[in-house]
Amino acid sequence: MMTDTMINTKPGAVRPAAARDGLAVYGTELASRLFLGTAQYPSPQMLEHAVKAAGAGVVTVSVRREGARDKGGQRFWDLIAGLGVRVLPNTAGCRTVREAIATAEMARELFDTDWVKLEVIANDDTLQPDLFGLVEAAGILVREGFKVFPYTTEDLGAAERLLAAGCELLMPWGAPIGTGRGLANPYALRTLRNYFPGVPLVVDAGMGAPSHAAQAMEMGFDAVLLNTAVAKAGDPVAMAEAFGAAIRAGRTAFLAGIMEVRDMAAPSTPVAGTPFFDLK
Amino acid sequence: MDAVLEVVVNGERARTRARTLAELLIELGYGDAKVATARNGDFVPLRKRDTVELSGGDTIEIVSPRQGG
Repeated sequence: MMTDTMINTKPGAVRPAAARDGLAVYGTELASRLFLGTAQYPSPQMLEHAVKAAGAGVVTVSVRREGARDKGGQRFWDLIAGLGVRVLPNTAGCRTVREAIATAEMARELFDTDWVKLEVIANDDTLQPDLFGLVEAAGILVREGFKVFPYTTEDLGAAERLLAAGCELLMPWGAPIGTGRGLANPYALRTLRNYFPGVPLVVDAGMGAPSHAAQAMEMGFDAVLLNTAVAKAGDPVAMAEAFGAAIRAGRTAFLAGIMEVRDMAAPSTPVAGTPFFDLK
Repeated sequence: MDAVLEVVVNGERARTRARTLAELLIELGYGDAKVATARNGDFVPLRKRDTVELSGGDTIEIVSPRQGG
């Protein structure tokens, strides 16, 4: 049966829509549904290889204090520029609207992009977003011409306010940053997904294993952003490849249509013609 | 002779004879490094660094591209 998730390539042949399944954010078509962080890798070379192995479409970066003689910023910039992927600067570590605004503005100048992953952090233990500050900062940055990628929770009210402020996508957390716990609240994430069927939703943070990312994609999320699970793996390059495969698998499964869960068993092998069937 | 100002650069006290943010960057040895700046919590774009005059007690941030998640 032909569905809208299948397309004809030649008479008698169909291929999954995943083969032509792009993701557009702020008018830009991304080559991949994996957003990869660039921090905590054992070496710059490992980072470079991991980005390629993951097939990442976007990499996240930050701005940090630079000493006069360390030139680390230029070296890192040269590495990132050579990757040929979209760069998404963050405002990680900012605790106030004012800090986040200034950090976003400095990042825009340094990375020459109006994209910003907006983080306004409420609490050091959970690194959970300050939703009030987030909404306020998002509105200011949108008015300044930024394309804001807000790091948020599953909160529907905050989500509506962020969209009203001019955000065209949302990045709800899977679990607190760096915990590796996967989707801590799948029920709330599913509610968010269902409530905003047309809004790109990127699950950001908390991934531990590739199966976590696959689960998010199977639920219909549009992309996954992760860092620590790859960077801190025993073999970051292999783990990057595993996450890339998991995200593609989850997306393809979502498009294919996952069966409903049933309470009762139902035989998969035909009952008709079962040997000895009439001997009971 | 220019007055010596005491400012805070990236969290550390510094004494400078620079009058502007652009002069401060040169004095501290940043040269043409790829950096962005803020003064007293507000972003100062590259094109405005030579017109932003320093005052005693200013807090200056000088940042560059770094790894991030």
